[in-house]
Formats: sequence, structure tokens, C-alpha cells
Amino acid sequence: MSILYLLIPLGLILVTVFVAAFFWAARNGQFDDLESPAMSIVLDDDTKPRGASRR
Amino acid sequence: MTQARCFHCETDIPEGFVIEARVDERSHAVCCYGCQAAAEFIAGAGLTQFYRHREPMAGAILRPPEAKFSMYENEDVRQQYVTVDDSGIAEATLYIGDLYCPACIWLVDQVVSDLIGVHGVSANPASRRIIVSWAHDEQTLVDILRAIAVVGFKPEPIIPGQAKASEQADYRSAIKRLLIAGVFGMQAMMFAIGLYAGDYYGIGAGQEQLLRVASLLVSLPILLYSAKPFFRAALFSVRHHRLGMDITVSLALLIAFVASAINTALGQGAVYFDSIAMFVFLLCVTRFLEMRARHNADDRAAALASMLPAAVTRLSQDGAPELVAVAKLRSSDLLMLNSGDVIAVDGAIKQGCLVVDESMLTGESGAVVRDVGDGIFAGTRVLEGEAVIEATTIGSGTQLGEIARLIEKAQDDRLAALSLSDRFASAFVMIVLFVSLAALVAWWQIDAERALPVLLSILIVACPCALALAMPTALASAAAMLSRHGLLLVRSRLLEHFRPGATIVFDKTGTLTNGRPELTSTQLSESCEYSVRQCLEIAAAIERDSEHVLARAFAPFNCASVATDESPVTHLGQGVSASVDGVQYKLGKREFVVSSDDDCADLQSTQGKTQVFLSKGQKLLAQFSISDSLRADVEPLMNELRREGIRPVIASGDNRLAVQSVATKLGIDEWHHDQTPQDKLALLKQLKQQSDVVLMVGDGINDAPVLSVADASIAIANGTPLARSTADGILLGQSLLPLYVLSRVSGRTRRVIKQSLLWAVSYNVVAISLAAFGWVTPWMAAIGMSTSSLIVVGNALRISGQSLSHVVTADLPVPAEAYQ
Repeated sequence: MSILYLLIPLGLILVTVFVAAFFWAARNGQFDDLESPAMSIVLDDDTKPRGASRR
Repeated sequence: MTQARCFHCETDIPEGFVIEARVDERSHAVCCYGCQAAAEFIAGAGLTQFYRHREPMAGAILRPPEAKFSMYENEDVRQQYVTVDDSGIAEATLYIGDLYCPACIWLVDQVVSDLIGVHGVSANPASRRIIVSWAHDEQTLVDILRAIAVVGFKPEPIIPGQAKASEQADYRSAIKRLLIAGVFGMQAMMFAIGLYAGDYYGIGAGQEQLLRVASLLVSLPILLYSAKPFFRAALFSVRHHRLGMDITVSLALLIAFVASAINTALGQGAVYFDSIAMFVFLLCVTRFLEMRARHNADDRAAALASMLPAAVTRLSQDGAPELVAVAKLRSSDLLMLNSGDVIAVDGAIKQGCLVVDESMLTGESGAVVRDVGDGIFAGTRVLEGEAVIEATTIGSGTQLGEIARLIEKAQDDRLAALSLSDRFASAFVMIVLFVSLAALVAWWQIDAERALPVLLSILIVACPCALALAMPTALASAAAMLSRHGLLLVRSRLLEHFRPGATIVFDKTGTLTNGRPELTSTQLSESCEYSVRQCLEIAAAIERDSEHVLARAFAPFNCASVATDESPVTHLGQGVSASVDGVQYKLGKREFVVSSDDDCADLQSTQGKTQVFLSKGQKLLAQFSISDSLRADVEPLMNELRREGIRPVIASGDNRLAVQSVATKLGIDEWHHDQTPQDKLALLKQLKQQSDVVLMVGDGINDAPVLSVADASIAIANGTPLARSTADGILLGQSLLPLYVLSRVSGRTRRVIKQSLLWAVSYNVVAISLAAFGWVTPWMAAIGMSTSSLIVVGNALRISGQSLSHVVTADLPVPAEAYQ
């Protein structure tokens, strides 16, 4: 089990990288709206005629 | 008999009025041409999923507004709200007060994104704002606003206030703290499993130490970042000699960490980093949910700004009229007012005469006439007339500003009180510390080597997790339950105070009633050759551009093909005359419309109903009854409130007859009429002496100071943003019935909190005793902590578990017996 001495520090480094990525996303406002993206998946329709309301 | 509901906005369709919108190959009944246009637009743009997914209460606010956006075409005005960067991308923040459901947000997003030149739409559901960015030369702010208005929302450009900007910063750092606690916590727990397995199966000393050190490392960010608010608040409490939950929490975290760190340094003994992580994570989650609820309240500064117009017409030195942004006004400026304008300043009339609607300040539903020398107030609306006024006070010096300050002050006073569980927790922590010290001393005498581990296990097992979590989780669960039924919970105080023995004060206009004059019936005279619909369309055409309060009752019947030949002539206070297709009509009071009484007998004039007559030449054609109807389900609600032991009272700015008729209809004994905001405040104080808790439900800004003095307050979603920003709860939708759900949910919540606290105490008493005698091993302590927290959380979920939807169906009043 001495491989743990390598894996655990490696794992910790990876975690730090991910947390940094999350922080960037938070600062970028990606977590500001947690409700509508869930609805968007249900509501968005690929075959919807886009540009129908263009003016 | 249930009245048909409009397919688009879900309000009642006026009797005898039949128009339909074609959506998805089927025809649906709608209430007005605005809704018909909106529904068909949505169908045409392929967005009909909106109707399938929107929340049941959301429709009520979708009536296409009568707002005009032409003032935003003015460069000065527009530039306040639109920022253009170097690459030609313009950006503006729009506040849409009615954006409560995700499907609505989606709809607005789709509609705006589809416009030419729009680059992005970013929505913030909590503050109900969207930020739109577009190519400056391809699209205009006005067209974007109009596009949103077509589907039924009321967008308002705003200058983002300081409060909301800092709220967003708070929100983002809360998310970051949650992330850290969650991600690093998972690591700590993973390592802990290794350690516990090692205790059982055996583990090499080197690897055991590796796991300990790794756990310590991952706990550092959790404590230093995610738990920082708790430590900060604890220091604050200590400095102000107040005991609170934060002190308890901080102590527990610190002791656990230090003890575990010592053991790590020593290379032996138990470490509790996983317990620390779990505790911090659960706390972060509950506080995050609480914060989100708080952010649902409207931004007070923006709410105030939205009560005033963006621009006014000012007369410059040489008397020439110029459109000026309200922010640039100075006192003693001369302004020109026309019908339909919202007054931007407090001032006096220098020339001319106006009929003004002051209901937002005084609560009176009638219009007042103001002449030369009379004062007029910011925030009120001009119904008829033209005048030149001189501004006396602007900005925060106005009556409106004064009301805002009153609210601010009342809010600050309320936040001081400490909640029940906080006081409980601080007493508890004292006891635990005492017991631990006693145990430490005792064990030192008996067997010094075991003294430290025993101390540690006492402190860990006594961890106030259950206590700290009991209230927040219950409140979060209750809030979720309530929002499912149409009540947005902003502050938890509302739940604590909605209980038997409370008195609840209702405003009348706009709260118990719909706040809109509605056509209740049309009666044709015998000699009338037109149909009901034709008479309505003629009346609507005549009143199309009128700002008069009663004119809005005819708005749903506006038909493009029926129009007046030229502008209607207004006879101040009497009525309007106009010609349609060459025929002269008159619409207004009976004396104005026909010269003699020889036509059909009057309908009996029911209290609170206004009669408007239509005539052609001298012949009476039709008689319209207009009144402000009671909201759906108010009667059953009153019965339920009384059954629960809550006493309803009405306090209204309206006249005696109007209030009396509503009170008798609802069976309410105590009602007050002609109330000014000061009167309402005095009434509230008087009621507080008679009853332990006084609650308030209102909508207008004349209610706003009162809303902040009541023990807890509820605002109506359609009400003014100012009322919404001070209230502890916001009623969505057209019905007041969610108040019944509120009484049920607050009962459940109180029970659950009591149960959770009881559990926390018994568990702690038993566990601490066991630990003091040295019978609790580290893994038992850790499991004890986690299980007790989970039990508390699970108990809280019971609040939202049992459905109440059989109770609240807004269409049909459910008989009292069914509520069992």
C-alpha cells in the first residue's frame, strides 16, 4: 500500500485544481441562476423555429 | 359556478366576453386583446412549452401592461441605464418584478435572445433582474422593452443599486464556501474511512500517519475559508457580550481541530477532521438557503426609484419644454404635467388644474382634484388635466422619501432580537464546558493518561450540531413547502408569529380586492340596438387613451377595428364624449349622458359599485357596473383564520361604505376606514397591546411603514416594490388562500423545531454522561454526531413531505370540513 504515498498527494493536487476551476466559474457568474437552466433543458426544443420573433 | 379563466394570464374572464387565441391548433378563451396577442405571439415563436411548465401561480401576473416606453428614446434618459463599451456592445439591467417562476425567466430569455443584435441575456431569479447585452447599432433599448411587454411582463430599466450588487457578492462567496466545504469535506471523509477501517483491520503506522496528515491538510481550507463567517460572528458576539449559536459552533470547531492536530503531531490517537468537515458543510448549506430566501426581497433603493418616472418635461428659462431625466431635477424647477404622468417631485401647482390619483400614498381609491396653489406629491399619478408645477422638494426629501426612511428605521429595530435557539445554545455550551472541566479534573485524579481522550470525546459528542441545525433546516423545509403553494418566505419571523392568538390586519384595496376596477355587469336599455359586445367596444374605444381610473375597466374590450374619429373630449368630472364612425356618443355619469330620466330604471346602486352610462345622441344605450372585486377565496380564508384562532381586522384608506360592505361580506367585526398611514400605524400599536402578535397583509406604499412595524408582514406580488422589499413574505398569484397553507406550515414547523430541540437535548444528556464515564470511543463519538445531525435534518424534511395540495386549489373554495 505504499502507493498511497504517491496517490494521496496527487489526489490533493487534483482537488485543488478543480476547486480553482469552480472558483473561476463562481466569479464568472455561472452559479448566479440555479433554477432556470434546469427548466431550459426541459423547455428548449431543437426543432423550434429560431428567429421566429426576430424584428 | 366557476368563472372561466384566461388561458394566458389566468384571471377571470369578464362575463359575456368571448374572444379566443389560437395556440397549437386549438382555441383557448382569453380575457383581453392583450392576452390574445401575447398568446399568439408565444405560439408563433414556437414557445408554447411555456404554458405546460409554468408554475400555477405565475399566470396571474401576465396581463400585458399598459406601460409606455417612449421616454427611453430620449438620449439623456437612456444614457442613465445603458452602458456602451468600446466594441459597441450595449448593456442594461432590467428589473422585472413579476419574474418568479423559472418558466417565466425562460420565456423572457427566449423572447429577448431572439431579437436581432442581442448578444446575451443573463437572469438572476432571486433579484428578478436580467442583464441584456446587444450590439448598440443593431437594436435599441425601447424595442427590447416592448418585446418583453408583448408577452405580458413589465420590464423596468434600473441603475443597479448598491444593495443588490453587494448581495450578489455575498451570494457568490456563499457558493464558494459551500464548494470548499463540500469538496474538501469529501476528501476528509474519505480519509476517515481509511482510518476507521485501519482501527478494525489494522494499518501500518506510516500510512495511518499519512491519512492523518492528509485529513489535516484538507481541513485547513474548510476552517480558514468556509468557516470564517462563523468565527467572525462569534468574535462579534463576544465583543458585544452576547451569546449566540456562532460562539457554540466556533468553539466546537476549534476544540475539535486543535485536539485532532495535537494527535496528528503526536502520531497517535483519534482525529476528528471528518466530523468537522461534515458539520461545516451542513451549516454552510442551511445558511446558504436562508440567505437565498432573504435575497428574494426587493432591493429597497430600486423599489423606490421605480415609483418615480424616468424623465419629466421641464420648462427651461425661456419657457421651452425639454425632456429631462428625473435625477437632474432641482428644486424650484418648473415642470409640465399631463394626464397619465407619474409625478416625480413634491411641489405646488402654479397654473392649471389636475385630477390626481393619490392612492399609493393615502390608500384612497378615489381621485382628488388639485387646483392652483395646492400641493402635489411624488409618486402619485395624474388622471386628467394639465398643469405647470413648481418643484418644492426632490429625491429623498419628498413624502415618498420620508416613507422609505421610516421603513429603513423600523427594519433596523427588528433585527436586534435574538432567536430562541440561540439563547438555548449558549446556555447549553456553558453546561458542556462545565461538565468537561469537571470530568477532566475527575479523570486526572483517577487515571491521568485517559484524561485527555475522555475530555475530547465529551466535547466531540456534545457537539451542538443538532442544535445548530434544528432551526435552519426546519425553516428551509418550510420555505420550500410554502413556495410550492404560492407564498415566498423571505424572513423566518413570519413562521414564528403566524400562530393562534395573533391578530392579522388586512388592507382592503389591492389586498382583499383585486385593486383594479372591473366590469361586473352590463345592462342594455330596451331601445338599444347594439349587442353587449358592441357597446363595450365603443366604450373601450372612447376610453382608450384615458388615464382615468374607471377607464381601465374597459381596457380588455379594446378592439382595433373600433376607434374614435378624433380625440375624445373630456368633461372634467362628468364624462367623455366622442364620435365613432360618424355617430356621437357620450360616456360617463348619468346626468351627463342623458338629460332626462325617461329611460329605463336604474339598477339598484349597490354599495361600492360605480355606474357608468353610454348614450347615443340623447338615447341611453347601456349601463355598466364597475367595481373592485374581492379576490378569489377570501371568504373561506377568513373562516379558516378564525378557526385557527387568528383574528382578522381591516384597515383601509377607503371610505366608510366601501369598507363596511367588504367587512360585512366577510364577517369581520373590526374594520377601520379612511385611514392615513399615520392612522394605520397608531392602530397597529393599539392592537399590539391587545394581542401578543400582530401581522399585516398589504400592497401599497401607504402600507409600507406599517408593514415594517407589525410583528410580521406579507406583501402581495402585484403590489408596489416598496411593500415587497419590506415584507417578511410575498404572496404570489391572485389568491390569498396560501395564507391558510402558511398557518398549517407554521404549526408543523413549530412542532418540528420543538421535537428537534428535544432530541438534541436528550441525546446530549445521554451521550455526555456516557462520555464522562469514559465509555465512548472515538468512532462512537463521530457516529453519534453524524446520526444526530441526520435525524434533525430528516425530521425537518417532514414539514415539506406531507402534501397540502388537496387543500389549495385556487379555483374552488374548499369547504372547511375537508381541511381535516
